[in-house]
Amino acid sequence: MSNALWIGVIGTSVIAFALKFAGHSVPEKLLSHPLIKRINLLIPIALLSALVAVQSVTTKSSIVFDHRLAGLGAAILALFLKAPFPIVVLSAAITSAAVYNLF
Amino acid sequence: MSRVSSPTFRDSLSVSFTVGAYGVAFGAAAVANGFSVLQSCLLSLLTFSGASQFAVVGVIGAGGSAISGIATASLLGIRNGLYGVLMAPILQVRGFKRFVAAHITIDESTGVSLSQESRGLKAMREGFWLTGFGVFLFWNLFTLAGALGAKAMGDPSAWGLDAAVPAAFLGLVWPRLKNTTDKTLAIVAAIFAIATTPFLPAGLPIIGTALLAVIAGLWVKK
Repeated sequence: MSNALWIGVIGTSVIAFALKFAGHSVPEKLLSHPLIKRINLLIPIALLSALVAVQSVTTKSSIVFDHRLAGLGAAILALFLKAPFPIVVLSAAITSAAVYNLF
Repeated sequence: MSRVSSPTFRDSLSVSFTVGAYGVAFGAAAVANGFSVLQSCLLSLLTFSGASQFAVVGVIGAGGSAISGIATASLLGIRNGLYGVLMAPILQVRGFKRFVAAHITIDESTGVSLSQESRGLKAMREGFWLTGFGVFLFWNLFTLAGALGAKAMGDPSAWGLDAAVPAAFLGLVWPRLKNTTDKTLAIVAAIFAIATTPFLPAGLPIIGTALLAVIAGLWVKK
């Protein structure tokens, strides 16, 4: 486990920098294809949505509905009310903690 | 750098501080997912890309392998490469300066720089450097604060940290959902990830949704 964490920290950092530096070094034409641009906008949407889902309702390899879902509901409500990011995160944390501690 | 025009300075500083403050959420999330304070801080110093950092911490924390964590984070980091393509002709830097510029090429530095276009090339460059360094400074300070804070708290669930992480992801994806394709993809990706979690090794349900994004990109021809 702790090895995996270190590999994750170092591997992510090396590739993150390589990607940034590559962008500054490649000719613009190579990456400006409209399809690549479009997919590049869609990939974060898919990955981040999957992360929201997995972190909210799964534990290890099971689907679990618990206090986190209440927190997520609060976050969605906050986003609908156009709350800024810190309020979104805080309202989720407070709601989830309340449900966890009270029930 | 000579005198910086004040509207550019103001834009850069306000973005730097606001975005940097999210570092608290990252530091807390990293520690809640089993990373040490040192590892959390190194991710902010060296990876320096919020979504990628949250992703590697989230995937490995959920039991995914280091490889799937790195792969997910790296897919999220591709966009920084594309920002680099946009910024290189504006910045026109070589050697060591290019290394530094690459490291601080993120959503915010690129966004502020491009938003200064009406103020001229000089303002665009200043916006990039000021915002890049500004976010770097605040992001790292706040990461340390969040990591230490979470460490002091103990049980992450009792403080709602386990819900703060998906809420942070939601906060990152929400502003990106601009049209029906985006929203449909978000919902399909979420359902796919949940539905495959019992069957696929941890991490794959998340990274597998990148394929959904490619399919959606090929599908929508506009």
